[in-house]
Amino acid sequence: MTMIDTPVTGKVEGPAGPAHHPDHHHESPTPIGFWIYLMSDCIIFGCLFAVYAVLGGNYAGGPAPKDLFEPGFVAIETALLLISSVTFGIAMLQAQKQKLDATITWLLVTGLFGLGFIGMELYEFHHLIHIGAGPDRSGFLSAFFALVGTHGLHVTGGIIWLGTLIVQLKMHGLIEANMRRLSTLSMFWHFLDLVWIGVFSFVYLVRLV
Amino acid sequence: MSAHAENSHGTMSQLMIGFVFAVVLTVIPFWLVMAEVDMNPVTLVGIIVGLGAVQIIVHLVYFLHVTRESENGWTFAATAFAVVILVIVLAGSLWVMHNMNANMMPMPDMGNMSEVQGITGAQDAMDAMNHGTADH
Repeated sequence: MTMIDTPVTGKVEGPAGPAHHPDHHHESPTPIGFWIYLMSDCIIFGCLFAVYAVLGGNYAGGPAPKDLFEPGFVAIETALLLISSVTFGIAMLQAQKQKLDATITWLLVTGLFGLGFIGMELYEFHHLIHIGAGPDRSGFLSAFFALVGTHGLHVTGGIIWLGTLIVQLKMHGLIEANMRRLSTLSMFWHFLDLVWIGVFSFVYLVRLV
Repeated sequence: MSAHAENSHGTMSQLMIGFVFAVVLTVIPFWLVMAEVDMNPVTLVGIIVGLGAVQIIVHLVYFLHVTRESENGWTFAATAFAVVILVIVLAGSLWVMHNMNANMMPMPDMGNMSEVQGITGAQDAMDAMNHGTADH
């Protein structure tokens, strides 16, 4: 019996995968899980892009992109978001060097650029609604507000998350949990900049040709 | 572990290379539109969309560090799957809606409208003729 028991129990405990790959045992499942969330979010944006592609030409006798969009304005929004992406990257590098103050400073800079972007977007939306080109004007404007508004809401969510994370960093420092939160928010932030590439190319520039 | 950390968060040089690429790939399409470069519109749209696609790849590689190796390839697999779904959603929507639009060309309401207009137009003409004969 013991002769059989020993190999059986040995076999049950045998294929302990983590023991063979100690690195994997320590790795958190959060990054890949969050990445899968981002990809599903990407599909939401894809659907909104498809709506804009289909409805983008339905002006219902209202204003067309050439009457409404100002490429210089969009260029500044793009620059703000791109620079904020880079400053977040610098914050991540500072966090890796365990420099808490530098990390928080660069996160604050990132947040300011993000706020600048949201401010410009709110100004644009307010201006459009004020001149009677709100989301209720035409299919084109409904699709425009839905797509750009969803992106803006994501950036707003990212800024709130950024503020919360700065508080958590001040309370607990660069502990493992905060490092995980930082790298997750970093993915989120870079992803939003990636979606914005689609917005400025496809929503604004292509329609101004 | 340190090699892995470098992979997932990148280095300063990677960040700056990505930034320079992103700036160049952003400035070109904005310049093309703002300077109103004299070019075939279809070519211009193709260039803008193409540069956007390249910039998305630059962001994925230099900012998000998506490689075939990260997370044992699962990141790459999830990304590839999302791209497939996106292509189906975008191309499928455009194709189906274009097809419907093309096949629904003679709108029934519009047809009635023109018929009604035609009848009233004919009646106006007949009225005028009647008036003309009555005057005589």
